[in-house]
Amino acid sequence: MNGRKTILAGIAAGALVTVAVAGPAAARDLTVVSWGGAYQDAQREVYFKPFVEATKIKLLEESWDGGVGVLRAKIQGGNNNWDVVQVESEELVLGCEEGLYEKIDWEKVGGKDKLMDDAVHECGVGTIVYNFILSYDADRIKDGPKSWADFWNVQKWPGKRALRKGPKTNLEIALMADGVPPAEVYKTLATEAGIERAFRKLDELKPHLIWWEKGSQPPQLLAAGEVAMTSAYNGRIAAANQNDKKNFRIVWQNSLYTVDYWVIMKGTPNKAQAEQFIHFASLPENQAKLPAKIPYGVTAKAATAMIDPKILPELPTAPENIATALYINEPFWVENLDRLNQRFNAWVAR
Amino acid sequence: MIQAATVETTEIPALKRLLRRSQRRQQVTAIALVAPLLVFLLLTYIGPIGALLSRGILDPEVPSVLPRTTAALATWDGRELPPEVAFAALVADMREARSAGTLAAAATRLNYDINGFRSLMFSTARRLPAEIDSARDTLIGIDPKWGERETWAAIRRASGPVGDFYLLAALDLRRDADGNIVAAPEDQAIFIDVIARTFLISGVVTALCLVLGYPVAYVLATLPARSAGLLMIFVLLPFWTSLLVRTAAWVIVLQREGIVNSLLLGIGIIEQPLEMIFNRFAVYVAMTHILLPFMILPLYSVMKGIPAVHLRAAASLGAPPFTVFRRVYLPQTLPGIGAGCLLVFIQALGYYITPALVGGAEDQMISYLIAFYASRTINWGMAAALSILLLAATLVLCAVYGRLVGFGRVRPG
Repeated sequence: MNGRKTILAGIAAGALVTVAVAGPAAARDLTVVSWGGAYQDAQREVYFKPFVEATKIKLLEESWDGGVGVLRAKIQGGNNNWDVVQVESEELVLGCEEGLYEKIDWEKVGGKDKLMDDAVHECGVGTIVYNFILSYDADRIKDGPKSWADFWNVQKWPGKRALRKGPKTNLEIALMADGVPPAEVYKTLATEAGIERAFRKLDELKPHLIWWEKGSQPPQLLAAGEVAMTSAYNGRIAAANQNDKKNFRIVWQNSLYTVDYWVIMKGTPNKAQAEQFIHFASLPENQAKLPAKIPYGVTAKAATAMIDPKILPELPTAPENIATALYINEPFWVENLDRLNQRFNAWVAR
Repeated sequence: MIQAATVETTEIPALKRLLRRSQRRQQVTAIALVAPLLVFLLLTYIGPIGALLSRGILDPEVPSVLPRTTAALATWDGRELPPEVAFAALVADMREARSAGTLAAAATRLNYDINGFRSLMFSTARRLPAEIDSARDTLIGIDPKWGERETWAAIRRASGPVGDFYLLAALDLRRDADGNIVAAPEDQAIFIDVIARTFLISGVVTALCLVLGYPVAYVLATLPARSAGLLMIFVLLPFWTSLLVRTAAWVIVLQREGIVNSLLLGIGIIEQPLEMIFNRFAVYVAMTHILLPFMILPLYSVMKGIPAVHLRAAASLGAPPFTVFRRVYLPQTLPGIGAGCLLVFIQALGYYITPALVGGAEDQMISYLIAFYASRTINWGMAAALSILLLAATLVLCAVYGRLVGFGRVRPG
């Protein structure tokens, strides 16, 4: 961890030099940080450019690859130059706990009731929804699986299965395959017996399981016919269908979803502009333009009605898709990941 | 390094002085020539590796974040709850750590030991009232876990600055509340198994390399120079391609709809595709292929030096071919076998990418776990402790090898 800090200190020092060269940065431009790539390209068209046009507030973009250590170093180093950052739920929970973010003043960003419940957090405003889904290749399997219980049915659908390596998401999937309704999953996992039950269920499938680690692997495994079914990120499957002309199907029944959030960095001088930006990026009419560019769900309740009905069924937030979905409980994982990682590694190696 | 000239001791002392001076000059020159390499090694190799390995025995987070608490616990006998001073010290440390933003470091470290410690620390720090009468009652009031001996024992175990927590964990051991070393719970025990597996896989790969490499080296050593050179290129060719490319090539060859399966299905030998990837078989195949040159080259160089007349002499004295091989040829190739096996085995111990790409979950070796802790969970203490274990095991093995075979007989390359 210290090594990482040193690197960050180096980066921070570099940033300091830049600031010094640029002169005193009293009136720093609003700096918005997102995840780069195709996603940020879409955000630029949908949020950043229209925001600058509408408000005449100058906006500076940056990108990052996540990691709460980066944000910690910025706040502790005392020369934080970021204002609004898009974080994953893990960074949201950890950073909020450690006081790295401003508390959200919901009046200023448009109100809690405009967004779906899981997008509301004391330190963050949810902006996109993406899912862990069951996927299979419809060119190979005609009468495909419908649920996680089918994922376990190797008699009807022979062939290997792939899951993401690690306990997170897999314990939930195992319990749902074992008949636990989504609403009961984390209550069950909170008990030792529940964790035992999840591992026993995974035991049943173990001879047929292989593990993926990077989001790019599941479409490859499906394309190569290496596995009959796999868990995957919905965006990757949509991309494979679109770009490589694949016929992969997504099973939305009991999928798992997570939300990425906007946070405001603690002590920013641009708090008012930051709130204005988040407000702008949470308006349903603005959010509704994003899914056409990249298949993520958006968090404003009213946005769903404005999205092209042709692409809506492909989105995590389509009403019938989200109805049975399970929100990944990040506080549970922050609390238990060390122990369950160890147990999972021991289990998987046996 | 420097040739000691033989000079009669009774000869002219001036000559001796001159000689010594010139020797010293040579010595200085030699050191000056070697110095850049030594400094380079020190800076880029020994230094960083030493610094990383030291994390396996250092335990700095808790004493630096909770200095008063660790001081107060130093005199605690551990039999009952610590005195009020320790509770008060913890309250003061927590307040300070929370405003400095350093609580996370200590909380993360303590969470390695006891699950749930992280949120215990944060929720306690958040709920501390401004005014406190009895720190003990306040803390236990916030969370009854502060009234448990085990909680405080965990803080004391992590009081550093050096500690055996990571090293014990790497051996599937831990300390209980009384400080006794006990086995980790069965569902958390993993490392001993994985280390044993690492040695098993390395041993099998070494044996396969020897069985496959020995005849190849023999053919290379006995063929006329021109065709031997051509064959040598085939041996060396894989050397010049990236490890990653060679491993990925095996994925393509062995996968379910890969070359081998298509061929076997096509000519009707099998009806169902064989499972040849993401299992131990694939690990053995790919690692053996990648490490084979390290076996062939030392064998070849040793075999090249064995005069053919020895074999002819043995045969002309009436030894049947197998006896010639066993009694005359094989003993002379032993140094090559030793060098090749040592090279292959030690390299195999550290293999990471190949098992990760072609192996299944139960074929991962110890370096996979080292990488897991170093880059995934950022638990450098654990990564360092496992590295220490791997290094120590390798050194022991080398020592045993040196005893049995003797390094003097090893002539690599």
